[in-house]
Amino acid sequence: MAYSHYILVCGGTACESSSSKAILENLKKEAKALGVENEVQIVQTGCFGFCEKGPIVKVLPEDSFYVNVTPDDAHEIIAEQIVKGREVPRLLYDKNKKKNEEVSDIPFYKKQVRIVLRNCGVINPESIEEYIARDGYMALEKALFEMTQEQIIDEIKKAGLRGRGGAGFPTGMKWEAGYKAAGDIKYVVCNADEGDPGAYMNRSTIEGDPHSILEAMTICGKTIGSHMGFIYIRAEYPLAVHRLEKAIKQSHEKGLLGKNILGSGFDFDIEIRLGAGAFVCGEETALLRSIEGKRGMPTPKPPFPAQAGLWGKPTIINNVETWANIPIILTKGADWFSKIGDADSKGTKVFALTGKIENSGLVEVPMGTTLREIIFEIGGGIKNGKKFKGVQTGGPSGGIISDKELDVPIDYGALIRMGSMMGSGGMIVMDEDDCVVDIAKFYMEFCVDESCGKCSPCRIGTRQMYTILDQISRGNGTMQDLQKLEDIGNAMKACSLCALGQSAPNPTLSTLKKFRDEYLAHVQDKKCPSGKCKHLLTFFITEKCIGCGACARQCPANCISGEKKTRHVIDQSKCLKCGACERTCHFHAIEKR
Amino acid sequence: MTLEELRKLRGQMKTEVEKRNTEGKTIQIIVGMGTCGIASGAKETLNAFLKEIEEKGLADHVMLRQTGCMGLCANEPTVEVIVPDMPKVIYGNVNAKVAKEIIEKHIIGKQLLDKLIIDRPAADIMSK
Repeated sequence: MAYSHYILVCGGTACESSSSKAILENLKKEAKALGVENEVQIVQTGCFGFCEKGPIVKVLPEDSFYVNVTPDDAHEIIAEQIVKGREVPRLLYDKNKKKNEEVSDIPFYKKQVRIVLRNCGVINPESIEEYIARDGYMALEKALFEMTQEQIIDEIKKAGLRGRGGAGFPTGMKWEAGYKAAGDIKYVVCNADEGDPGAYMNRSTIEGDPHSILEAMTICGKTIGSHMGFIYIRAEYPLAVHRLEKAIKQSHEKGLLGKNILGSGFDFDIEIRLGAGAFVCGEETALLRSIEGKRGMPTPKPPFPAQAGLWGKPTIINNVETWANIPIILTKGADWFSKIGDADSKGTKVFALTGKIENSGLVEVPMGTTLREIIFEIGGGIKNGKKFKGVQTGGPSGGIISDKELDVPIDYGALIRMGSMMGSGGMIVMDEDDCVVDIAKFYMEFCVDESCGKCSPCRIGTRQMYTILDQISRGNGTMQDLQKLEDIGNAMKACSLCALGQSAPNPTLSTLKKFRDEYLAHVQDKKCPSGKCKHLLTFFITEKCIGCGACARQCPANCISGEKKTRHVIDQSKCLKCGACERTCHFHAIEKR
Repeated sequence: MTLEELRKLRGQMKTEVEKRNTEGKTIQIIVGMGTCGIASGAKETLNAFLKEIEEKGLADHVMLRQTGCMGLCANEPTVEVIVPDMPKVIYGNVNAKVAKEIIEKHIIGKQLLDKLIIDRPAADIMSK
């Protein structure tokens, strides 16, 4: 008996934490209770990318896109749609959805091109059969039986794929170096140590489509002549680890990993290594040391890992997203791939859109899409109608891009020219309420914590820059401090051992350049224009005060005084700037200045 | 697993997953599943279509949808069939036998089953 309906329930971490598991169970229970369990297949899929409105449930073939679903809605979905064939308009994303309108018409999806996320939200990530059905392991067939090692390298070079981990090194060249490196023992490594605050596209890719990573690594193994691969993934990603483990097991059962793959005589195996959450272990040389069981600290390059990596053997290490691109390049061809994107960068990029944005979530767009399209068309603009201030790309390694640069097409080169970088693809949107000094300080504090301490420019530089930024946010900054920030930052960029130290000054330096007036306001006028730096704020009671005394009772420092029914006063010397009085006052009589 | 087995598995699974995909499917069969339709046996009709589509291997091209009442309750179960380059038609009183006929004659043979066609509701009602 074939199914008349398919219900896809998002099983990404974001949706799972808002009870998508219970939804899945309830749907199955309801289907059974109403006697339609043979008519509907209920599938748990990977992330749909529209995390803002999660949990997401999609019903096919009607293409009903339900958002903010609760476990209690399961009954209605089954009873209405499966039994009676009527959609549940209350839950639809687009309440005015016309009949036959496709999900791809939702503005959030309209501009997206899903290559890396091609299977996310479509297949059940825990089923190897469904991956195979979507042309999975077809690229591996080609690589094992039809193409030579040189042909594979040529194809990837021709496709113009660049490393998606941030730096954008051409993948084909890296593989060629690994192929040419001498030695009978070589390794393949997947970097899934995603650590940028606010970035989660690697996690979602693995959760939604783990087999694409395994397939790509096996292809690389065949290409460079390696028989062992490692996936280095954070222990903080339990669901992704679980799905990878399951996928590896299934691949073994099907003979797609292990000895004599598909009868080709080629052996390849993959093991998982869990990272303990050190940010620096996302840097490739530090990551390799960590796999070796040593302390995760970077080593100088050259030698590059492709020459001497894991245990001194030639090693190809790529980011999750780079791997996810490989199978589809081989199945669809380099010509198809290189048509997507712009002159500088080919293909697509997945961004994790977060911060003060209406539709936060995972977004995959062709290279060369402008920030304006991503933020205002796909992202739906700034939350609560506030004004856009800037967007931080690349996490602690990237810079802040201001509103003047919104129309620049995004690719590797353009981001570097704007003083930022692609990074892994985190995109944090800021509005007028965010203070750039505060943000620069936040990222610098992150780098102080995460600096491994091996080289002094990074270890001492991050600490010094943080101290200066902290002084500025307290109103103790001087004009020389701004100069010092630039000097230390530039020295760190030039002298640090690895990318962590080289890019740590980026948020500070880019804001110093683009939002200098805000720094000047902090240093010269001792004011924080967005009211974030609390040491520069003065709380002030205006004439609107009716003298109810509510604020005085809330004040933890007991510094508000005044007679009943007369205007109260704040003793500024004792005020902690906690803002409790402002939140308490019903009459909006307390102002921040 | 050998190469041949992988290819065979892919072929099998493809039709299975393809059914979910709405892209590239040009032919639509829409079964009216309002209360009236269900009461007159639309569920059996739907199942018959599913069975036929699978048996004839049409899953790549045919999309089977459900919809609410089409307003032709006297002739339930009603089924709308949309084939490119053919007029959109609504068939009435579609039972399992008729469903088979629709698949064979209309979808495969590209012939309308003129005796079963019911006229669409008048335009002024439709636009409402």
